Amino acid sequence: MPDEPVAVVGIGQTKHVAARRDVSIAGLVREAAQRALEDAELTWTDVDAVVIGKAPDFFEGVMMPELYLADALGAVGKPMLRVHTAGSVGGSTALVAANLVSARVHRTVLTLAFEKQSESNAMWGLSLPVPFQQPLLAGAGGFFAPHVRAYMRRTGAPDTVGSLVAYKDRRNALKNPYAHLHEHDITLEKVQASPMLWDPIRYSETCPSSDGACAMVLTDRAGAGRSPRPPAWVHGGAMRSEPTLFAGKDFVSPQAGKDCAADVYRQAGITDPRREIDAVEMYVPFSWYEPMWLENLGFAEEGEGWKLTEAGVTELDGDLPVNPSGGVLSTNPIGASGMIRFAEAALQVRGQAGEHQVDGARRALGHAYGGGAQFFAMWLVGDRPPGA
Amino acid sequence: MTPDPRTPDREVAIVAFAQTVHRRRTDELSEVEMLMPVLHDVLRQTGLKTSDIGFTCSGSSDYLAGRAFSFTMALDGVGAWPPISESHVEMDGAWALYEAWVKLLTGQADTALVYAYGKSSPGSVRDVLTRQLDPYYLAPLWPDSVALAALQARALIDAGHTDEPALASVAARSREDATANPHAQLPGRRPQGDYVVAPLRTGDCPPVGDGAAAVVLAVGDTARALCARPAWIRGMDHRIEAHALGLRDLTDSPSTRLAAERAGAFDLPHGPQGMGGAPNVDTAELHAPFSSQEVVLRRALDLDDGVRVNPSGGALAANPMMAAGLIRLGEAAARIHRGASDRALAHATSGPCLQQNLVAVLEGDSRAR
Amino acid sequence: MSAAPVPDTLRAPLVVEFPFTRSLGPVQSAFLTGLRERTVLGVRAADGRVLVPPVEYDPETAAELRELVEVGATGTVTTWAWNPEPRAGQPLTTPFAWVLVRLDGADTTLLHALDAPGPDAVRTGMRVRVRWATERAGAITDIACFEPYESADVHGTRPHDGVFDDPVGGIVAPARLDYTYSPGRAQTGYLQALTERKTVGERCPSCTKVYVPPRGACPTCGVATTDRVEVGPRGTVTTFCIVNIKAKNLDIEVPYVYAHIALDGAGLALHGRIGGIPYDQVRMGLRVEPVWTEGSRYPDHYRHCGEPDADYDAYKELL
Repeated sequence: MPDEPVAVVGIGQTKHVAARRDVSIAGLVREAAQRALEDAELTWTDVDAVVIGKAPDFFEGVMMPELYLADALGAVGKPMLRVHTAGSVGGSTALVAANLVSARVHRTVLTLAFEKQSESNAMWGLSLPVPFQQPLLAGAGGFFAPHVRAYMRRTGAPDTVGSLVAYKDRRNALKNPYAHLHEHDITLEKVQASPMLWDPIRYSETCPSSDGACAMVLTDRAGAGRSPRPPAWVHGGAMRSEPTLFAGKDFVSPQAGKDCAADVYRQAGITDPRREIDAVEMYVPFSWYEPMWLENLGFAEEGEGWKLTEAGVTELDGDLPVNPSGGVLSTNPIGASGMIRFAEAALQVRGQAGEHQVDGARRALGHAYGGGAQFFAMWLVGDRPPGA
Repeated sequence: MTPDPRTPDREVAIVAFAQTVHRRRTDELSEVEMLMPVLHDVLRQTGLKTSDIGFTCSGSSDYLAGRAFSFTMALDGVGAWPPISESHVEMDGAWALYEAWVKLLTGQADTALVYAYGKSSPGSVRDVLTRQLDPYYLAPLWPDSVALAALQARALIDAGHTDEPALASVAARSREDATANPHAQLPGRRPQGDYVVAPLRTGDCPPVGDGAAAVVLAVGDTARALCARPAWIRGMDHRIEAHALGLRDLTDSPSTRLAAERAGAFDLPHGPQGMGGAPNVDTAELHAPFSSQEVVLRRALDLDDGVRVNPSGGALAANPMMAAGLIRLGEAAARIHRGASDRALAHATSGPCLQQNLVAVLEGDSRAR
Repeated sequence: MSAAPVPDTLRAPLVVEFPFTRSLGPVQSAFLTGLRERTVLGVRAADGRVLVPPVEYDPETAAELRELVEVGATGTVTTWAWNPEPRAGQPLTTPFAWVLVRLDGADTTLLHALDAPGPDAVRTGMRVRVRWATERAGAITDIACFEPYESADVHGTRPHDGVFDDPVGGIVAPARLDYTYSPGRAQTGYLQALTERKTVGERCPSCTKVYVPPRGACPTCGVATTDRVEVGPRGTVTTFCIVNIKAKNLDIEVPYVYAHIALDGAGLALHGRIGGIPYDQVRMGLRVEPVWTEGSRYPDHYRHCGEPDADYDAYKELL
C-alpha cells in the first residue's frame, strides 16, 4: 500500500528579531503556531500530535523545554515529540512530523521549531568549555572560514562571490516581512567594505543571532481537501548523517549532503534538478555556502557553483532563485532556521510568498544542515499531489 | 481531534536488545566508549552491519552530559559511513524507538537501529533535572526530582492508595527480582534507609548511574529471518500532560491510561476491541523511577496481580537516564524472545512526576501446540 | 606502535553557568510584578477555574488566558514532602517542607517551601500564609516561603487589571551546574602523551586510518581504535583563515592565522595557530612544526619548519 501523501496546509512565523523582550518562550512558539493554525483555518482541537525541534537546550537554559511548552502548544492529552539534530533540526523536525502523517499514525500534525537566543548568548551555548580540550582558536566563523578557503582553492572562484550572495540575500530579505535583517540601505559596496572577520569571511557575509519560531500544519489527503488555501505537497524528504570529523571527510562537499539530495530527487522523480526545481531555500549561514551547496545539491557541476551565483542565476528573478526569503544570512534563530527553509519552500509552491514570490514556482527544495556539516535534512515540495 | 486512522498494517517487531551493565560511575569511558559495545551486541545478534540498517535513531540529553551537541560524538560508535539515514530525539530512547517505528510504518525502511545512553555520574542528576521545570515559576526554586516525587507519594498516601510499608515492598520486590538481571545496578534486597525527602526513603528512589541500551527493529519477514520469536509491536502511543504539578491529579496518570488504550493494551490478543478493564498482558515493564510511581501506574493501567510487573527489577534496580525507558521496551521484548512472555506491556516516562508517558504492547507469535 | 593501555582516569571540574535573561510576557509579568507588591494574582480559565500561579495558556483548551484576578495570600496545603537536607538554590537553608498550596480563591496549587520546625508540624490540609521576602524584585522568590498560619478560608477573588507601576518585563535567572568531566580511555591516553610533548593517535584496526586526537571509536567503521601511533611532530597546513576579530576568551593579538594542520602520519587535520611568520605569508601546503611553551598542555602555536611547501595533491585528501 502506498504511503499517505502529506500536505502543508498552514505556515506561521514570528517576526524574527534579535530579542523578543515582549514574550515568554511559550509566547514566542505560540505566536508561530497560532499563525499556522489560522493559515490552515484549523483550531487546537484539530491537531492530533505536536512535533517540536530546537538546537541545544543550553541556548535557553531549559532542559527539554517541550515539557514546559506542552500547555502553550495545545499538546496536553496528545503525543509530543522533541527532535534535536543540531543545525538541521528544523528540517528533521518537519520530516518526523511528515512521517507521522505518511505512516497514517496521525492525520493532522503541528510541527514547530524555535530558538530564543536572547535568553543567553549563542556563542556561550555553542562553545561551553570542555576540560582538557584545546579551545577553538576562533569564533563561529573560524570554524567555517577554512572550508571556504578550501572551496576557493579547489574551484578558483574569485573572492567577490561571497559578497554577491550576501548582497542578494539581504535585498531579498527586504521583501520578506518576517526576516530579521532589513538593511534598507544595503549596497554591494557596503558588503565588500565590511570588516574581514575571519578572512575570507566578511562581517556582512555572516548570519545574525535571532529570536524566532516557525510552525507548519501537516495533514493527509483528506485534510488537504478541506484546506482553504492551496496546499504544498511533499514529494520527497530525507535525512542523512555522517560522522563529525573523519579521515577523508570532504568538508567542502560532504557525501551525506549529496546522498540526501539524491534520495529526495529519486523520491520526487527529479532527474535534472537545475531545470526541474523552481526555487531553493538552502541553509547558508555564511555567504560562500551558496556556491558550495549549489554543487553539493546537484545544481551545478563540481567547481561550477560560483558561476551560477556570479551570473545572477540565483537572484530572485534568475532562473534558479536561491533563498528568496533572504535566507539564514538574514534570519537565524538556530533551531528554527531549518524549518524556515522548509516552510519558505512550501510558501513558494503555494503561491503565498508575497513580495518574494518566485513567479510560477511549482517545485521547491528546502534544505538544512548542521553539526560539523554532517547532518542533512531536505524536502522537495510541489503544487500538485505526488504522482499527479 | 479528528478520528484516528485505522491501525497501520505494516508489522514491526523488536528483534534484538542489548544493554550495558549499569554502574554508578564509568569515569574511564567516554560516552561512545560506553555505548559502542551494546551497538555491536545488537548487530551481532541479528548478523546485520551498519550499512544494512535502514534507519538509525537515538535518544540522549545535552544537559545530562553538560555539553552541547553531545550526541554528535556518540554517532562515532555507529560507523556512519557511507552516510546513513539518521535522527535524534532529546528524549528517552523509548521515543527514539517510537520515531523509528513510525519510519518503518511509512515503508521507507525495513530495519532500524535505536540506541540511548546517559551518564548521570558527571553531574548531580537531582539538580540537573530541576532545569526541566517551568523556567519562571519553578526552576528558580531548584525543586529536585526526589522532592517532586515525594510530593506525589504523599498525595498517594493521603488518598489511601498506598502507605510506607507498601512502598517498601515495591522496592524490595524490584531489587529481589533484579538478582536475576546481570545488568542491574542494585541487585538484591537492601534496607530502605533514611528519608531522602519524606515520605520517600533511599530505597524508594532509583539508583543514579551510567548506562546505554540498543534495540533493532525489523518489519515482517525480515523480522522473522532475524529473530526466532520477534516481539511484534501491536501498538504504541504516547501522551503528555500539563506541566505544572498544581494543575494535575498526582495520584493518577491519565496520559498513561490514554496511551495504553491507543496502543491497544485493553484489546483482546489477535482479536476485536476488548471491553476495557485490565489489560490482556502477562508482563508489564513499567518505567517507575520511584516506588510510589509504580503505584500510580498500576492504578492507571488497572494492572491486577496476574500481571508480572518489572521482572527485570525495573528502574529501581537500574535507571540510566535517557535509556531507562528504552530498556523497559527492550526487557519486555527480550522476555518474549526467550518465551517467558506472550504479550507484554512496556512503558516509558519523561518529565516531572510522570508528565509524559509512552506505552507499547508487544506480542510473540503463538507457539506450536 | 603499541597496544593501547588502560590509562589512569583523568578528571576535571566542568561548570556550566549562565545568568539567563528571561522575558516574561503579559501574564507572567503581572504575576511577578504583583508579588513584588505583595499581591497574588491568578488567571481565570475558560471553565471558570482560577489558576494560581497564572498560566498564559489554558492547559485544557489551549486558549490564551488573560483575565486576571487577585487571590489571597493565605491558603491550604494539599500535599507536602519533608526536605531534611536543603540543596543549593532552594528557598530555605534549614530543613523545610516542600508544599503544594491552594491559595484562598484559587482552584489549583502553587509549589513552594514551607518553613516549619519539623515534619510533625506539617500536615495536608493545614493553613498557611505567604512570608514575603524583605527585598522583592518581581520573581517567584519574592515569596520567601510559606509559614503556618491559622485563618479561615475565605474563598473569594477580586478582579484585577494586572496593571502596576514599573512592571517587571523580565527576570535574570542565574543557573550553575557542576559536573566532573572525564574524557574516557582514548582521549586520556592522548592527553597523557601530550605531557611528554608527543602527539599520539590511535589506528583503526579495520580501515587503518590514524585518528588524532583519538575519540575511542573509528567514526567510519564504528569500532574501537586500538593501536597507539605517534604522529608528527611536523605537519602540513591544509587550509586556514585569518582571524581579525578578538575572541572573548582568548588572549591572542589579532590578526593571527587559525589553521588546519595534518600532522605527518595522521589521517585527518587538527587545528592550531600559525606563528613566527607574517599572517599574510601563510599558505596552504606550508610545512610546520609545533612550538611548545612551559605549562601548556597543547603546542602554543606551529611555525614554519623550513621544508618546502607540500604539493596540493599530497594533502588535498586531508582537506
